[in-house]
Amino acid sequence: MTKQTALYAEHELLGASFTDFGGWQMPLKYRSELEEHHTVRRAAGLFDLSHMGEIWVSGAQAAEFLNYALVGNFAAIAVGKAKYSLICTEDGGVIDDLIVYRRADDRYLVVPNASNADTVAAALQERAATFDVTVEDVSESTALIAVQGPAAEAILLEIAATGSRQLITDLLYYAAVEVELAGLQVLLARTGYTGEDGFELFIGNPEAVQLWKAVAAAGAQHQLAPCGLASRDSLRLEAGMPLYGNELGLDTNPFEAGLGGVVSLKKTEDFVGRSVLEPLKEATLERKLVGLQGAGRRSARAGYDVVVDGSVVGTVTSGLPSPTLGYPVAMAYVKTELAEPGTEVQVDLRGKPEPFTVVATPFYRRQK
Amino acid sequence: MSIIKSGLRYSAEHEWIHTPADGAATVGVSAIAADALGDVVYVSLPEVGDTVTAGESCGEVESTKSVSDLYAPVTGEVTEINQDAVDNPGILNEDPYGAGWLFKVTVASEGPLLSAEEYATKNGIDA
Repeated sequence: MTKQTALYAEHELLGASFTDFGGWQMPLKYRSELEEHHTVRRAAGLFDLSHMGEIWVSGAQAAEFLNYALVGNFAAIAVGKAKYSLICTEDGGVIDDLIVYRRADDRYLVVPNASNADTVAAALQERAATFDVTVEDVSESTALIAVQGPAAEAILLEIAATGSRQLITDLLYYAAVEVELAGLQVLLARTGYTGEDGFELFIGNPEAVQLWKAVAAAGAQHQLAPCGLASRDSLRLEAGMPLYGNELGLDTNPFEAGLGGVVSLKKTEDFVGRSVLEPLKEATLERKLVGLQGAGRRSARAGYDVVVDGSVVGTVTSGLPSPTLGYPVAMAYVKTELAEPGTEVQVDLRGKPEPFTVVATPFYRRQK
Repeated sequence: MSIIKSGLRYSAEHEWIHTPADGAATVGVSAIAADALGDVVYVSLPEVGDTVTAGESCGEVESTKSVSDLYAPVTGEVTEINQDAVDNPGILNEDPYGAGWLFKVTVASEGPLLSAEEYATKNGIDA
């Protein structure tokens, strides 16, 4: 039984093709996923991300609780700022990657992936037992709309109330603020998953259609176009961002995923997974997540073997022909000794090995 | 453009084939397959002179989302390939039954082929 977002009827009107993602019927694309990809790089794209989870954590011990439940240090972030983080198991495996917004001294918004929203909400509830906090999962009643691309700020300014304009232009990356857009109160975050400047707009389901239409109308003169999950995936991969289920999972630890910096070992509190993760910081890792660039035209795909001299040395986690760069890009876990940029490997493309080179990520970096 | 073109025959793997009374047959991929793949960005074809075998892979069609094998609907010798499709793979999406044709082949024997009506029924489409 797949769920529909508050914007489902809008997507139907726009002629979207749908896909089941994380238990939700989501737009895969509206017309051409390549066009949608290029639109985000050149102008701006409008995404429905209402399948993502939203969980409020509030109470006197909110910061202490999150420091126990997640790997980051949330006492250290200022009100108004956000932090990318992970929730791990006792074994150090990754349950999910998520963004945490500090909205007040004693109030945080946790945004997990759609496919993990229930699991994360349950884990937070369980871990909250001995803390003075309330965990409230509002995923089902909250819509999330993203406006991503170089024109994103200009588009939002078109519909911003006078008093909100400077709040938007002053808003820093990984920060959030309450603003008025098209007459609606919106929690606006300068975050995204595309490698471009952009915003994510949280709003209650009843007002989601009105906000979506207002952004779409204001964006018309800026070449804004609705974009689906197909382009979201190609955009995030070019930007070198991990996707839970591909690069991250219960069988990956943060250090091999290149996310060691997200794990705060400076915080004094114990946190779930600490006893396993702390020694890993100094340990020699068996494998590392790397970027791969293809020499030919054929692309590596998730699950394909990385090969050196006929031996399997790793596994591709994501891969596709990069629309922006024009060559195949991929991410893969490879043996640590092969993780240096410049290392030549092969990927077994359905029985035929093709040359790939280990490269630093992101593959694509926007001009600032 | 209709998603299934009448007058052609189809393989279960979504190739179409046009077999004229005489001369080589023309092969391409159906609009159903092109739509499912998404924007095609890379096409690999057999070479002129190659013998393709019905039901076996003779190339591949790749989009940003996925890749799929190109299966020969018939056995025979390839007499011509569509270089435009290699140079500009987007024409497989724009005009899969016309400018997006892939190769021509002299038919020695046919694999299992479906009529347009049978192919439509198999894919749950009203012909």
